[in-house]
This record gives sequence, structure tokens and C-alpha cells, in this order.
Amino acid sequence: MSGTSGTDTDGGRAGDGAAEPAQDQNRARAERKGSRLDGQPLEYAPAPESRSVVRLREAYDPFIDGEFVPAETGEHLTTANPADEEPLAQVALCGEADVDRAVAAARRAFDAVWRELPGAERGKYLFRIARILQERSREIAVLETLDNGKPIKETRDFDVPTAAAHFFYHAGWADKLAFAGMGPDPRPVGVCAQVVPWNFPLLMLAWKIAPALAAGNTVVLKPAETTPLSALLFAEVCQEAGLPPGVVNIVTGDGGTGRTLVEHPGADKVAFTGSTEVGRGIARALAGSGKRLTLELGGKGANIVYDDAALDQAVEGVVNGVFFNQGHVCCAGSRLLVQESVAEEFLERLRARMALLRLGDPLDKNTDIGAVNSAAQLERIRDLAETGRAEGAHAWSPPCPLPERGHWFPPTVFTGVTQAHRVAREEVFGPVLSVLTFRTPEEAVAKANNTPYGLSAGVWTEKGSRMLWTAERLRAGVVWSNTFNKFDPASPFGGYKESGYGREGGRHGLEAYLA
Amino acid sequence: MPEERYDGAWPRVAVRKTHKLYIGGAFPRSESGRSYPVASADGEHLANAGMASRKDARDAVAAARKAFPGWAGRTAYNRGQVLYRVAEMMEGRRAQFAAELAAATGAERAEAEQEVSAAIDRWVYYAGWTDKAAQVLGGTNPVSGPFDNRSAPEPTGVVAVLAPQDAPLLGLVSVLAPVVAMGNTAVLAASESAPLPAVALAEVLATSDLPGGVANVLTGRTAELAPPLAAHADVNALDLAGAGELAADLEEAAAQTLKRVLRPDPAVVWSADPGLSRIRPFLETKTVWHPVGI
Repeated sequence: MSGTSGTDTDGGRAGDGAAEPAQDQNRARAERKGSRLDGQPLEYAPAPESRSVVRLREAYDPFIDGEFVPAETGEHLTTANPADEEPLAQVALCGEADVDRAVAAARRAFDAVWRELPGAERGKYLFRIARILQERSREIAVLETLDNGKPIKETRDFDVPTAAAHFFYHAGWADKLAFAGMGPDPRPVGVCAQVVPWNFPLLMLAWKIAPALAAGNTVVLKPAETTPLSALLFAEVCQEAGLPPGVVNIVTGDGGTGRTLVEHPGADKVAFTGSTEVGRGIARALAGSGKRLTLELGGKGANIVYDDAALDQAVEGVVNGVFFNQGHVCCAGSRLLVQESVAEEFLERLRARMALLRLGDPLDKNTDIGAVNSAAQLERIRDLAETGRAEGAHAWSPPCPLPERGHWFPPTVFTGVTQAHRVAREEVFGPVLSVLTFRTPEEAVAKANNTPYGLSAGVWTEKGSRMLWTAERLRAGVVWSNTFNKFDPASPFGGYKESGYGREGGRHGLEAYLA
Repeated sequence: MPEERYDGAWPRVAVRKTHKLYIGGAFPRSESGRSYPVASADGEHLANAGMASRKDARDAVAAARKAFPGWAGRTAYNRGQVLYRVAEMMEGRRAQFAAELAAATGAERAEAEQEVSAAIDRWVYYAGWTDKAAQVLGGTNPVSGPFDNRSAPEPTGVVAVLAPQDAPLLGLVSVLAPVVAMGNTAVLAASESAPLPAVALAEVLATSDLPGGVANVLTGRTAELAPPLAAHADVNALDLAGAGELAADLEEAAAQTLKRVLRPDPAVVWSADPGLSRIRPFLETKTVWHPVGI
């Protein structure tokens, strides 16, 4: 195994044999690392972030017209911590009547206040929200990690600051919309129905709400069924900011609630981030309705590593590309295309790097890989990984003890993969990398583009002209060259082909919210 | 019935045109062997037009896909010159277009000539956009980090265009030119009742340095051609300008492959300045990041 001790997981479920009690993990890891690193003690002491900063309520009502009001259904869902499966809180399962109320509130706020308010004043509310998100960042980061299972390192350093940055960026647009490229006097669209996924709950909310509000629209947003808490905390932030009632409404629930919302006749615009399958259904349901629609859907991003790439940097990029956020990233670089001449060396370095990834308690500040968000998602990842093995690809995971409770999947790399394998074609949405090789740049581009998706791609080469040549030919909305998984409010994000349509972020992102 | 003239000579019999499809740079008949009669505005028989089949539509998509990388890869300046060349070729055939338009719509000759002028000028308009839209719609993004980050528009791919039913020349040019200007390739279904100007335009395109397959023109029943185009997995976008009552069903069919759909605008005025309104829907924004460092 190329000098790295690892788990050849062919014929067995990844990581199952390696499961051991959590308290023994550190010692076990220390022993393995010790043997690999010639006795260098590189062990970390546990460094858990405190939960005390978060005050969870037992039950949460939806946020409609500026207040938390009980859902008319009277039904609830329980959201749990995916790292230990302990219930965190109950949230309302909103139904038709609740969605009706929320849409009506958004309509009233749109007509009476928000569209009339001068842009500069609208913007100030967004600035306030950005500031409050920054002020309460630690609380929000811990809450997000509890509800989602992603490492605190990521919520603290990425999700929350980037969400705040989105509000700050869009705040400044509110009084400059005439420069957004939609004509001298652009108008808001109206009431926006927005449905966001569980992989970046607060950040996806920010991507949706910030541009909508800046452009003068009002919103009804439904967070994902398994990660509703940060959206409800955001509702508190709106109250704290003094945002006029009805401008932002949050309805919680399941897929049925989302369907009711996007198909609601009172919505003028629908924005959805999630799976391509659900996106298709929404596009179908909205056909002929005249509603505006933007979709940010799945992906199967390719990371192309040329033989002249700075290999260690490329390894970092590939690891970040597919293991960031447990691989629950629509733009993940889940296919590695490495030039044949350096493939062996690259894979050796990749495995060595993967062996250093720390999987475990998401609240531990040293954790790299947290919990898979739900049992259902874990099942999907296992199914696809199982199929990969059944189809003849070779799976490898580093020594990686999995905690006994919670939903976990070890970082896994598949070699011997062909373009026909399901694991190379379908979105896994988990920490699973498929490795393919190529000989010529033309072959790399052809393989990278051989997918119905077109969200992201990566290029690793030290030669500028080759980078530009490759980037030009990749049919993907975002191309990261010599880097990966970088996001910024000023940078438009969105896909080609079946990865959806419309862009979020930057001037381009405003187009969806202006008429 | 020709009659012998007083001097014993016979009058010349006019050579009539066979109206065929335009696919991949060639002028085939419909593979189905069908045609349909086309009448003038006052009901007089004008000609038989090819009645394209679903198979012709699929062939046209294949031709458009094949032509896409080459056309998209042309420099914007070059595409601009090709579009300008289309205008030049149309200018030389003003009389033909005016006559066909007058016959098709019943317009007065002067009115028809005015519309021909507008259609020619529209090619010139879009010829000028080819190397400017990317600057207007793209740019550098000021991201918070040591990265170069820029966004630029790219053509979305193969676009199926349902030409307006009641604006057989200016409407036709107004939907086709913006699609091909930015590097897309097109499969166009002509106005069902007035397809002859589209056939004449195809003959202009064939002599304008436009590579074969970049624009493909089908004549026939919109209701027969539109559904397979809307559902085709190798079509990236759909312009429903001439869809009429089919629009909602076609949008639904297009959802299966998440096509970009430009819905029909009932209030459209073809003579108005279109700006970027028909360019933007058929573009993708690509954003490229690169670290800055030494």
C-alpha cells in the first residue's frame, strides 16, 4: 500500500472493521501515526469547543410576519445531532396553512414597506444583519456544528464568516441597483420562495436571502428538514436587526413543505439549491406558471492534475476538494483526473495525506472530517461505495476508527475506476473520491466534460497557458486553478447543463432578483 | 398555358425553386419525403415546403452539436465578420426577401421593404455585439483573498429556436442572430404558415461563411418538431418565441434535462431595440480562480 498503512476495504463496508470506542481513538491513532512517523508523537489533545454558548429551546415555531407563531398543523419534527444521534430540538412541520400565512406576510411586507423603502435604508438593515452575524458568530458556529455535524473549524472559519460577508456585500448593492446591468430602473421580482439544503444551512440561506432583500424582494425560506436550527436563529437575528415584519419568513418542515412553498401561487420567484432530481421536479411543476426560477443543483466535479503540477499543493487541493464538509458539497472535486505519468506518485502522496485526516467529534477544533448529516445520506453514500466495489473498482481508506454513535463514513478513494462506473458518474455527496487517469490534455478535458453536470472543475499545472487552455474548454460554471473550493460573495457561482441555471453571488447573482 | 407569340417564339417558363431544409450546411429534403403547401396571405398557393420530421430534427441537433466547438472557438471578431457577411448577402437579395415577405404577410411592398431593411440591420447589430457582450457581462471580481477571479460569459451550446409564427422575417432574424452571435449553434423551426423567408434566409446563411451546422433551419409543423427538440438531451436551451399554446408543455418537457428556457413574451415588439435581452438567456457564466503569489 505504497508505504502507508491503510485499510483495503474491498469486500467489506469501509471502516466497519475498524470501529472502536471513541475514547480509545486517540490512543489508537497515536499508535498508528507513531509507527508511520518513526515515533514522532504528533498526537493532539482533545480540544472541544464549548456548547454552553448555545441556548437551545425545546421546540421552535416557524417565523412568520416578524414573530414565532405556532404552526397550524400542530405537528413537529425532531432535529438531532448527527455526531451522537441525540435529539436537539423539535421544530414545526409546517403545512399549507402556514405557508399561506408566510407568503401573505411576505406579500404585505413587499407592497407596504420593503419595495417602497429607499435602497440606502434597505441596505442598512442588511449591514445590521451582517454585523449581528459577526457578533454572534461563535454561538452560530456551535449551533451549526451541532445540527449539521460538520467540524467547528469549518463553521467557525468558513460558514459563518462567509454568510456575514454575503450580507455585507449585498447590503451595498441595495442603493446601486441601476448599475447591476438590468437597465436604469430595475424592479424587484416580488415574493421569493427559497428552499435551501442541509450541507451549508446558514451559508445557503445567506446566498438566497441577501441578494433577494438587497434587490427589494421579500422572502419565505424553508431550511432543510435535518438542519433547521441556524435558520431559526437567523430569524432571531432579523428581529434583533429590527427588520420590518414579513420581509423574511422562515417555515420549517420536510420535502412536502418545500413543495407547497415553491408551488404556491403567491410566489413570484423560486430559488432552490439541492439535488438535480428535486430541481427537475420543480422546473416541471413551475412550467407555464410564469414564475422566475433559479436552480443550483448537483455536480460531479473533475480535478485535473497535470504532470507538471506542484504535487504537494495539488494533493492539498484534491483533499480539500473532496473531503471538505465530508464531501457534502455540490461542487466537490469528486473525480480526480491525474496524468498517467505522475499517477502512481500522486496517489502515494494522496494516501499519506489522507492518513493524517482527523475524523471525529465535530466540536473538536482539530477535527477535519465530521459526521455525515443523516442516516439517510449515510445509506446513500454506502450504497454507491458498495456499487463501486461491486463494479470492480478498488476502495481504500486510511486507518480511521469511526465513533460508535452517530453517522460516519471514512474518507475513501477508489482506483481502477472507469468512466462507466456509477461511482464516477453519480454524485456521491460524501467523502468518496474516484481516480481516473489520462495521457493528453485533450483526453483530460473530454473526460472532465463527460457528465451531464457542469458545476465545478479544477486544474493543477504550473504552466499558465495550459491552465487557461484547459479552463477555456471545461464546461463548468466555476473553475478553480491551482486551488479548490474557494467561495466569495463577489464571485458568481452556479452551473452549466444539469447542474442548474442562474448564478449566485456577484453582480450576476442579482439578475435573478431583478425584473 | 404558354402560347406561341406573334413572331413565332415561345415565352420562357420560369424555373421554380424547390424549398428544402437546411441541415449541417446542406439542403436535404425531409427524410420523410413529405412536403406541405404554403399559401400567401390571400390564400394563393406559393410553393410546397419541406415538412421536416422528428428524425430531421434529431439530425439537425446532431449537426448543431458537431458544429458547436468550432463555432464557439472562433474569435469574437471572426464571428462578428461572419454575421456582417450575412447582412451583406441579404442586402444583395433585398428584392427577393421583400417579394417573399409581401406574399407571405400581404404587406404593401414599401412596408415589406422596410422590414427587410430592419432584418438586415439586425444582423449588423448583432455582428457588433459578438466582441462586446463578454466585456459588458463579465469582469473581474474583487474577492477577499490573494486570488485572481474573473467571470466571463460562454455560449450555452445547442439552442432550439421556435421562430415567431407571425413575423416571418424580422422576427426570424431577431431570434436566430443573437443565438449564433455568441457562439451557440441553432436548430430553428420556421414559422409554420410562412416558412419561405426562412428558406431564403438559409440560402443566404449558406453563402455567408457561416460554418455548416451552426444554423439549421427546419420547415414543417411546429407541434410536430417542437416536442422532440424540447425533450432532446443534447439541446441546452429553448427559445419558445413561436411556441404559442404549446409553450407550457414544452417548458415542462425541457425540465427533464434542465434546459434554459426563454419564455414567449406576448408583448414583444420585434422592431424595438433588443439590447442584451435575447443574448443573455443563452449564455453561461464561467468564473475562473487562480492564486496570486510568487
